[in-house]
Amino acid sequence: MARRWQWFHRWGSSPYVYRQGAKWQTGLGFVGLTLLAVGWIWGLAFAPIDYQQGNSYRIIFLHVPVAFLAQSMYIGFAAAGLVLLVWKMKLADAAIEAGLVVGAWVTFLALVTGAIWGKPTWGTYWVWDARLTSMLILLFLYVGAMALRGALPRDAAGKAVALLLVVGVINIPIIKYSVEWWNTLHQGATLKLTERPAMPASMWVPLVVSILAMYCLAGYWVLRRLRTQLLIREHSTGWAREALEREHGL
Amino acid sequence: MKPQRKRKLVQIGLVVAGLGTAVGLGLYALSTNINLFYPPAKVAAGEAPVGTTIRVGGMVVDDSVVRASDSLKVSFAVTDYAEQVTIRYEGILPDLFREGQGIVAEGQLNADRELIATQVLAKHDEQYMPPEIAESLQNQESKSVY
Repeated sequence: MARRWQWFHRWGSSPYVYRQGAKWQTGLGFVGLTLLAVGWIWGLAFAPIDYQQGNSYRIIFLHVPVAFLAQSMYIGFAAAGLVLLVWKMKLADAAIEAGLVVGAWVTFLALVTGAIWGKPTWGTYWVWDARLTSMLILLFLYVGAMALRGALPRDAAGKAVALLLVVGVINIPIIKYSVEWWNTLHQGATLKLTERPAMPASMWVPLVVSILAMYCLAGYWVLRRLRTQLLIREHSTGWAREALEREHGL
Repeated sequence: MKPQRKRKLVQIGLVVAGLGTAVGLGLYALSTNINLFYPPAKVAAGEAPVGTTIRVGGMVVDDSVVRASDSLKVSFAVTDYAEQVTIRYEGILPDLFREGQGIVAEGQLNADRELIATQVLAKHDEQYMPPEIAESLQNQESKSVY
């Protein structure tokens, strides 16, 4: 076995993930909360107002992090789905089961904050433009995957959900490029990987800090749910009994 | 990689590529319906239907906004820097409405190809900046023009 695949196999084993995950969970939670405090206090209290939107643009420090996260998490779950389908790794199934609800909430939050932002700036809560509609489809994909999981017995559900997630990844480039391919009310991207951000550093630095914070917190939330999921699934195995006894006195 | 895993990976790749192509072609065929609004050039070219509800979007032309003194009636022109369309509206405009600002208006074209709007939405671009910087940019711009 090549050495570079060793981490892949270690992270495929439930007791290892349960144990190492505890450290990661604490770290991600702590770093996430710290970054969120920094990003939000900086963004909400100290960043300058926008020349057109005044203070109402400040919802960007919540809206953009959750909108990014909704798509990144989806790509992550689709990748986990691929791992489940091709390599039949049970851990990927547990991660999907644990994480979908987090992704659904984050997507819901992106849509709601967008609507709240839309009213004062655009003059409407909702418009059926390509960006908003494709984001709504993302929410339906999350909710649909959860419903599908609930409707089938576990083994069949795992495969069906994984396939749905992998195929649904088509929606991600549509969300990203919707504002370029079609006329939309939603504006184009402010933060781009290849270009300078279309805002001064006094705005984009706290925004990037808020984005990193939200990624850490989502990592914390998914990992926490995943570890619980592993205990539920493997409650009769030796390591799980030990962990339950050690940590919960059961 | 084991051969059966490779085969599975290729199968899934083909499924995604096939569905992706289908969705892509579907979206391409529907693009006139997916576009939220007609740019003024399409209205001028007669591609926008008269007498049905459509949306027209563009930049509000400088000095084109005419407000009635005794009502909320307002008329203005929008442009895509190729053609212009006159829009008539009665009601409260969004806060971001101003000359040089992008807007999207919903309504019906009349016989003169003017849009009688029932709703006007403001579109803003991806630029954010503090008011002082916006002001100094504007000053620089006016210096370089004159």
